Amino acid sequence: MIETDIIIVGAGPCGLFTVFEAGLLKLRCHLIDALPQAGGQLTEIYPKKPIYDIPGFPEVLAGDLIDHLMKQAAPFKPGFTLGERCETFEKTDDGQFIVKTSRGTIHKAPVVAIAGGLGCFEPRKPPIGNIAQFEDKGIEYIVRDPNFYKGKRVIISGGGDSALDWSIFLANGVASEVTLIHRSKSFRGHPDSVQKVLDMSATGKIKLITDAEVVGLNGNDSLESIEVDVQGEGKQTLSTDHWLPLFGLSPKLGPLADWGLNIDKNSIEVNTFDYSTNVPGIYAIGDINTYPGKLKLILCGFHEATLMVQSAFKRIYPDKNYVLKYTTVNGVTGF
Amino acid sequence: MENIIHVTVVDREGKEHLLEAPTDMNMNMMELCKSYELPVEGTCGGMAMCASCHMYILSDHSLPERNDDEEAMLDQAFFVKSNSRLGCQLHLANDMEGLKVQLAEVAG
Repeated sequence: MIETDIIIVGAGPCGLFTVFEAGLLKLRCHLIDALPQAGGQLTEIYPKKPIYDIPGFPEVLAGDLIDHLMKQAAPFKPGFTLGERCETFEKTDDGQFIVKTSRGTIHKAPVVAIAGGLGCFEPRKPPIGNIAQFEDKGIEYIVRDPNFYKGKRVIISGGGDSALDWSIFLANGVASEVTLIHRSKSFRGHPDSVQKVLDMSATGKIKLITDAEVVGLNGNDSLESIEVDVQGEGKQTLSTDHWLPLFGLSPKLGPLADWGLNIDKNSIEVNTFDYSTNVPGIYAIGDINTYPGKLKLILCGFHEATLMVQSAFKRIYPDKNYVLKYTTVNGVTGF
Repeated sequence: MENIIHVTVVDREGKEHLLEAPTDMNMNMMELCKSYELPVEGTCGGMAMCASCHMYILSDHSLPERNDDEEAMLDQAFFVKSNSRLGCQLHLANDMEGLKVQLAEVAG
């Protein structure tokens, strides 16, 4: 079990800055994130986009901002549980929280700060009625272990980098047969990958079906075939062992919605005094919270994190008095 | 009035909303829908990266063509048709007077 002072749900900019502000108060933090790396949407969605409204930075790339925040937090030695989604929380008799992840990692702390941004990034699932029936029974949204497809017939859908890259990889001696189905004739992935797929299609290593979409799924216990609607040609049935719909990730509030917090339109309601939720000891900061006048800006999240840790300190040490100290006077003393 | 156009948005229940849209405030269709509290998430904030503002163009306005970002995102979205656009990439302009759009379905 991982024990700390503040469990931070979400390792985006707001969660990372919380580590720094908490560290100044000698509070330790541990971050949990469903993504395999820190940075949240800044690293996952737009690392190369410039941000212009971070005070003191006329322009900073999202990815660089995360690097800076990681550096700023480093003296306070934050812990990370990455690639695992927070599933459940429970209260202990001594007023602490136990947070469990999708892989069963257990964390314990007197304070939980939810800095979950837009929520967890989850695969976009095609809107086909019986798709849930075949999940992990022939349909996978993420390739976890390529060897799983050894000698199997695989159909991949999508036109982006992951669809192209996995088609190339699996068609090179892993799967027995690879079919790539894409909605249009043009691909949006890296030009090199696009060319490779076209070359492999010309030599018959990849079967390419464009202007087509998967519209139906058949099978009993597991997936047996899919229905493809090809523009101008109509529907055809293709038998297969696996279908990998690779349409990228989109954020979902996920299990946090069931934590008993007051939620309004996918956001957690907080008191602006200290960004506390309706559950004492659980706070929500950054894009995931809402209050009258809320702006979903990184800089507002930084402010919220700073006020929140003051309240967290008082909750953890009710008898200690804290005097605000300036980093210019005291510097930064890490753990 | 100058720099005000009228846009009709058909929501997912088929109800029509006639909106007054300013063209001098650097707004796009996603932001306009949000400002009228229509059910458009605009999750990514307008970077053409989430498709939650996916809509169909019903009128025959000639709009600026899709750029690469928009094409790439629509490639990953569902329920895409030939008249599909991302609202966040449609900047309100005076020649859009009378535009009619319909909000696309949202996948699970």
